[in-house]
Amino acid sequence: MAGRTGAAGRWDGLCSRDPGRRQAALDGVRQAVLSLSERLGGGGPPAPSPGCSSPADGLNEYLVRLLVLSRRCPFSDVRDKCGAILQVVQEMGVRIPRPLAEGPSEFIPEKEILRLGREDAEIRVLLIEAFATLGRLDNVTLLMVFHPQYLDSFLKTQHYLMHVDGPLPYCYRHYIAIMAAAQHQCSYLVNLHVNDFLQVGGDPKWLAGLDSAPLKLQTLSEVNKILAHRPWLITKDHIEKLLKAEEHGWSLAELIHVVVLLTHYHSLASFTFGCGINPELRCDGGHSFQLPSVGNCYLFAITNGNNAVEERLNVQVGSEGTETTCEVEALMEKMKRLQECRDEEETSQEEMATRFEREKTESFFVAPSENEKSIDTREISRHFEDPSYGYKDFCRHGEQYVPTFRAQDYTWEDHGYSLVNRLYPDVGQLLDEKFQKAYNLTYNTMAMHKDVDTSMLRRAIWNYIHCMFGIKYDDYDYGEINHLLDRNFKVYIKTVVCSPAKTTKRMYDSFWRQFKHSEKIHVNLLLMEARMQAELLYALTAITRYLT
Amino acid sequence: MARMPTALGGSAVSAKTMSCSLDAPANAISVCRDGTQVAVAGRNIFKIYGIEEEQLTERANLRVGRKPSLNFSCADVAWHQMDENLLATAATNGAVVTWNLGRPSRNKQDQLFMEHKRTVNKVCFHPAELYILLSGSQDGSMKCFDLRRKESICTFSGQSESVRDVHFSARDFFTFAATFENGNVQLWDMRRPDRCERMFTAHNGPVFSCDWHPDDRGCLVTGGRDKMVKVWDLTGYKARESHCVQTIASVAHVLWRPDRKYHIATCSMMVDHNIYVWDVRRPYVPFAMFEEHKDVTTGIAWRHAHDPHFLLSGSKDSTLYQHFFKDAQRPASRAIPEGLSVGLFGDVAFAVKESLCSAEGSRKSYGPDRRYPFFFIRRQDPAEQFTNVSSALSVFESQPGAASMDWFAQTARRYGLSGGPLPELCDRNAAVARQLKRYQVAQIWTMLKIIYAGACAAGTVGSVGQGSGKAGHPLSSFTLKDGTAALGSEAKLDRGRLENRQDSLPLDSTITLLQTNEDNEETEGSDAPADYLFGDGEGDEDDLFIVDHENAPEEHEFILPQEGFPLRHEILDHPTTLDHFQDKTDSPHISGNEADSVSLTPTEGISLVSVSQPPFEHGFSTDYFNPIVRDMMCFYAEQGDVQMAISVLIVLGDRIRKEIDEQTQVRPNKIRMSFPRFLVNVLTGCRGALVHVLHRPPTAIPTLERGQRGDQTEHVPIHQLPEPGLYHPARQLQQLQAANEYPRLDVREVSTGSEQVCCVPPRGEGLVRLVSGMHSWRTPPARHGLVPIPHPLPDRMRTPL
Repeated sequence: MAGRTGAAGRWDGLCSRDPGRRQAALDGVRQAVLSLSERLGGGGPPAPSPGCSSPADGLNEYLVRLLVLSRRCPFSDVRDKCGAILQVVQEMGVRIPRPLAEGPSEFIPEKEILRLGREDAEIRVLLIEAFATLGRLDNVTLLMVFHPQYLDSFLKTQHYLMHVDGPLPYCYRHYIAIMAAAQHQCSYLVNLHVNDFLQVGGDPKWLAGLDSAPLKLQTLSEVNKILAHRPWLITKDHIEKLLKAEEHGWSLAELIHVVVLLTHYHSLASFTFGCGINPELRCDGGHSFQLPSVGNCYLFAITNGNNAVEERLNVQVGSEGTETTCEVEALMEKMKRLQECRDEEETSQEEMATRFEREKTESFFVAPSENEKSIDTREISRHFEDPSYGYKDFCRHGEQYVPTFRAQDYTWEDHGYSLVNRLYPDVGQLLDEKFQKAYNLTYNTMAMHKDVDTSMLRRAIWNYIHCMFGIKYDDYDYGEINHLLDRNFKVYIKTVVCSPAKTTKRMYDSFWRQFKHSEKIHVNLLLMEARMQAELLYALTAITRYLT
Repeated sequence: MARMPTALGGSAVSAKTMSCSLDAPANAISVCRDGTQVAVAGRNIFKIYGIEEEQLTERANLRVGRKPSLNFSCADVAWHQMDENLLATAATNGAVVTWNLGRPSRNKQDQLFMEHKRTVNKVCFHPAELYILLSGSQDGSMKCFDLRRKESICTFSGQSESVRDVHFSARDFFTFAATFENGNVQLWDMRRPDRCERMFTAHNGPVFSCDWHPDDRGCLVTGGRDKMVKVWDLTGYKARESHCVQTIASVAHVLWRPDRKYHIATCSMMVDHNIYVWDVRRPYVPFAMFEEHKDVTTGIAWRHAHDPHFLLSGSKDSTLYQHFFKDAQRPASRAIPEGLSVGLFGDVAFAVKESLCSAEGSRKSYGPDRRYPFFFIRRQDPAEQFTNVSSALSVFESQPGAASMDWFAQTARRYGLSGGPLPELCDRNAAVARQLKRYQVAQIWTMLKIIYAGACAAGTVGSVGQGSGKAGHPLSSFTLKDGTAALGSEAKLDRGRLENRQDSLPLDSTITLLQTNEDNEETEGSDAPADYLFGDGEGDEDDLFIVDHENAPEEHEFILPQEGFPLRHEILDHPTTLDHFQDKTDSPHISGNEADSVSLTPTEGISLVSVSQPPFEHGFSTDYFNPIVRDMMCFYAEQGDVQMAISVLIVLGDRIRKEIDEQTQVRPNKIRMSFPRFLVNVLTGCRGALVHVLHRPPTAIPTLERGQRGDQTEHVPIHQLPEPGLYHPARQLQQLQAANEYPRLDVREVSTGSEQVCCVPPRGEGLVRLVSGMHSWRTPPARHGLVPIPHPLPDRMRTPL
């Protein structure tokens, strides 16, 4: 007992900003691990054994943590020391875990991604901040760190939603995160939050499925489904049902918290799939004690829900250099032309109106090919009831007519913000900052070109996503979307936003081939935030309707 | 213009509040110069209504043409104040359209400017130039149009920040103000399109609206998403905020009231549908308000530039209203002029109308002295139309003799915990309890005696206790000294509700009298030696009992030192107890006199007490009863009466010892403030027992910004609530907070009998605002507010514009 609490203290010490404390904690860990290893030393491989009380499990847990720290810690001393301890343990004849995936993303080669230890001061501060508060650097963070300005805002928001006092109890928050992620079959986020859920004292029984959770949480299932797939269908009746459910009713403040959490995790699931985030080292599927073998590769491909093998086969695809260079230039040329002719050409009202409809309609045809992949739903399927309930294309609303949502009539900046901030103070502000950062983020570069005004392109992406959700801006010419976003790109956007689990590396590779990975992540940030805002707008409109 | 005199005179007898229904939600309205017609514009509507004596009638529909064009999807409309035929609209697609009502054809559209790339948020005619029109757009630019030309004459760039409002100055010919989404306000000279003349940050977040004062040059009012309305004095070198009004929702429009120097009409962007007219000199309660609309008010306009009595408004609920000022609600007159709040340490703050307060002799109200500067006297200004809002804020420090903890103190002083055979102790304690009218407790003691009498007769415990007691060992005898509070208030003990003290009091309405007791200890502790069964070393006691007021709450944070003592445990069972308690829960707990119906406010959500004891002696086992007695003790502890539980524990000693081990953890959910002190007492007597107090800080609602002024901060309770969402009262409070739009404030229920909530405005300055509580979310608290103005008015309040 004492040993365990002592151990917990040691791990905490590793997150400290004080090198002295870290050193002490490291020494403690080292001793504990070595003594455990000695007891087991050479006593055969501590292969995963079913008996949960075996000391090997304890050791394995230590070793996995060490592995994580040796790879994902902003403090170089901790990284080095943990690596060294693992080395020593291995030399003692104990089998140590190894990461199953290369780097945080399956789509992006590890060498492209920030190497810890080589970051500049600003990023370093950010990473340390994240590490100190969360006790980990997750893969999402490591990808977003390409855009530190945004990451800062993202982490702040997420921290506020999950860890700062608010209307919902902590375990509810994580459970809702799990529900939202599970709706998109995002095992990465589910695993992450299952851990957190248990850590904040959540009842493990709830994890058996939504049926085992309190009735109050169960009532969220419908809204979760609707928001994830067809947010335009949400009505004030749904809201009323949640608020008026007698004992299981939610308060308004709680409901806002719920809605923000749901939308946050839906869109984060989009990001996760859109960037091909690998399982966390710490979680199942992130590491293995087995030696690398073909079978393992296969296992990995399955658990990750993505086709790692395919990747190997497709390495050569993106090498048509000349063609793709033209792609970028052509795009820039188009932007320039649009910029110029916008002033001259006068499009008729009717034309403008039909363009939006056309874009909406077309977005249906760019649906990804229905190559259902074997997604590991073993863990997560229990969290959602109706997997067949997927994104339904806006224009295909057979049974009921959904009017176009006029963006100017209910904007985030004016109305959404006011409502959220009223009921859940500060969150409106945080979200507002996050949206703004995502929308305005630019380095004025496009692939190899510098000093490019990308606002037009960014706006096209943003509005295209909103268009898919039926949100129309009066002051936007939807013809631009057609000029600027090519088909491959549209397929990617559509997949990531509407059915993220179907994203493949092939899709990721096939759009914007000449662009840098950081730019593709930038695109993903736009997708994520635009999607979140669209969902939020629908949810908040429903709440506002309920209130009036 | 037959109606002109009426409008100007403001004495229109036949005029009244009236409305008409529109076909579609309105986005903006504008009134023509003479106040006889109003233009209503929205996404699907653009009509002219005539304002007649009895009704509003539709005069013209300007949306003509076969197909609805986005050019007519209006975000704003402006009627020229010089030419009654000239209107301009701003469209959501970026078009600026002008209309000439004088055109003979059915289509009155005059010019179309498609120059803005994004939605145009605002159009504004020059007040003195017939042909000059200004527009502000989401694309970050402002354009000036000369209506005699086909295109704009110049463009002012707001550096890609969206423009939310533009307004020509009423006094300076070339000046206009523009407000931006990032919170800035810019002043431009029309002749200098290259850069703005001045810029300052007015709000945190978008500034939705601004308006120049019609008479005061350089006086601008702005309203923003941060819920503030601010009045700016721009005459000086730097923009100076001269007044500020905090409203309850994002401010969508601000408008000076004609002929009233300090009045501003506002309406909100979301959630709050009312229109308020504020007097900026009294920024806490609206001067007047109009509650007619059922959805957000989107446009407001005074009917005539010199008539302060008629306000027109359009709304998303598809209605157009003319409000007659005499029909307005006057929130100040309906405000509840009393409020009550309870401090962490048992102090009660009570604000009440001055007259009432002075009538009450027994109350000590704080005059405007240095230490308690919150007796705010407001001098009547005859020019003002305000009701007298002066109130007195009294703070009642918990006083010696205040009732509710007497039983506790008395009990502590008079119980016998050791030093005699068990039956004796039980009898004694039962008698004490009976005297204090705690009958069920008395009965429990009696029952204990019966249960354990045989065991006691065997003498194990008794003799040991006695032995050590007689030896003068400090551990053997044990009495809580707490008493003096009781002395002054014997009479109050008779109030007959002492026995139900703990569980019938709702969490927030209880008050601690910790200080009281402490006062007494310090002064009188040694005066009452007779009450001790056995004297502990005096020095020890003093150490223990002298507790600084300020530090008192911190006692909770201690992990109490481990001390040994010979414990004797005891067991009780009294089945009727439970019923009794439950009955009491339903009974009203507070009688008329709130000041002394005080009890405790717990600061921790949950404390955890585990008691263990080293093997000291082996008692008898009355095994059969032990579990029941243990349950009884747990019950008391859970009720917050740890005193009872521990007294029993001590008296029974080892008899109950094996039932109470490390595993038995008593979790009182409502632990009383005095508990730690009590515990200290126990510990001195209990060598060998480990009483371990764990604290789990409850999830705190973000605490308020504290008031700044003087001593008041001390009395502003910072309050923490147990996990909201699970814990019911907290959740209610939170809803209330959300509803009342003061999420950062300390909103605190006062008592179940009262409907009021006392909160402190977030911007400090020592003002206390009282709002009534549990209203539906729609009711803005401001309208019930009543505000004592601080005695020394802040500088900016004194300076007139």
